[in-house]
Amino acid sequence: MNISDMTILSKAGVTQNSALSGVVSSRGNIIGMAQVAEEAVLRPKDSGAFAHDLRAAIAARVARLAGDERLAAYYAADAGQYSTLADPEETGGQQDELAAVLSFVDKVANQTREAAAEDVAGLQAAGVSDADIVRLCELVAFLAFQVRVIAGLRLMQRESA
Amino acid sequence: MTRIVHKFTRKVPEWQPRVVPVKLEEATPQQLDALKVTPSNTKVSDYVLTLAHDVESLSVRSPLFNAIMYDRGGMSREERELGALAASMVNRCVYCAAVHADRHAKLSKDESVTDELFAKGEKADLDPRNRAIFDFSRKAAEAPPSAGPEDIEALANAGLSDEEIFDLILSSSLFGWANRLMHVLGDPVSRKETA
Repeated sequence: MNISDMTILSKAGVTQNSALSGVVSSRGNIIGMAQVAEEAVLRPKDSGAFAHDLRAAIAARVARLAGDERLAAYYAADAGQYSTLADPEETGGQQDELAAVLSFVDKVANQTREAAAEDVAGLQAAGVSDADIVRLCELVAFLAFQVRVIAGLRLMQRESA
Repeated sequence: MTRIVHKFTRKVPEWQPRVVPVKLEEATPQQLDALKVTPSNTKVSDYVLTLAHDVESLSVRSPLFNAIMYDRGGMSREERELGALAASMVNRCVYCAAVHADRHAKLSKDESVTDELFAKGEKADLDPRNRAIFDFSRKAAEAPPSAGPEDIEALANAGLSDEEIFDLILSSSLFGWANRLMHVLGDPVSRKETA
């Protein structure tokens, strides 16, 4: 595991010389798999309805909803034509499918306990396929994990976002 | 009559998907590989068949999940289950909470901790070590996460090593992920009475 190539470690400010480098290295297999998981949700070979730049915009949006500007900036850099969607104030406007996707993302990210059958039905009604609903959930859910591991490591080092 | 389970329980419900899972007979070779389907293992849950819609994620998620919850060293398995349970309670994933409360009770050979948590939530009467573990995991699971330096300090004061604290960060965060799949993509339903 090369510490500087691992998003979780670089965004948490853990370097080769950190006091925590031994602790995280002992779970290097896990950090490495988390990096592979980032590839799978941000840059998958089969991206379904969500192109890589749209995924990056959604990831930046979720990071920002979690209050992590540093991680948000990392993802926003790849958001291309969708970069405005990284702002949680952006609703998708008149595009029904995009608006449904963004409101679903926001709810799953930050009002998780309130997520209900209607939310999935709403996406289906907007024309999102079941496979794409699962893809979207995996993207938001992975970000929830990544944001929290980074936040925890920062706390262990007394760093702020 | 609705069979959806709304209250926390250690009795593991069934999971009913809100989308149509992949049909095993239509699965691609890559999906079959991720599903670990072999001639001797043809039983696959609806949950895993649902996740097979995103096979690239499923392929890495299963080994990552197992490593975080079961790899040797660091935090005990039962304490990792407590971190998973705290997150599942915050996100109200009744299914996840049932599975991990049940595992905690079995691994610790003690039902009192999870009984207490289900009865009183964050006001549960816990010993100092479990208190620190539960509080950190609960706050870390909030959205946005609200754990602070004092919560890490409480873990250290309760005797947790840095290795254990990092394992707790991983296991509680993992349920930030798992809860957003299980709680969003399906419902926990009570098991049909067996005749």
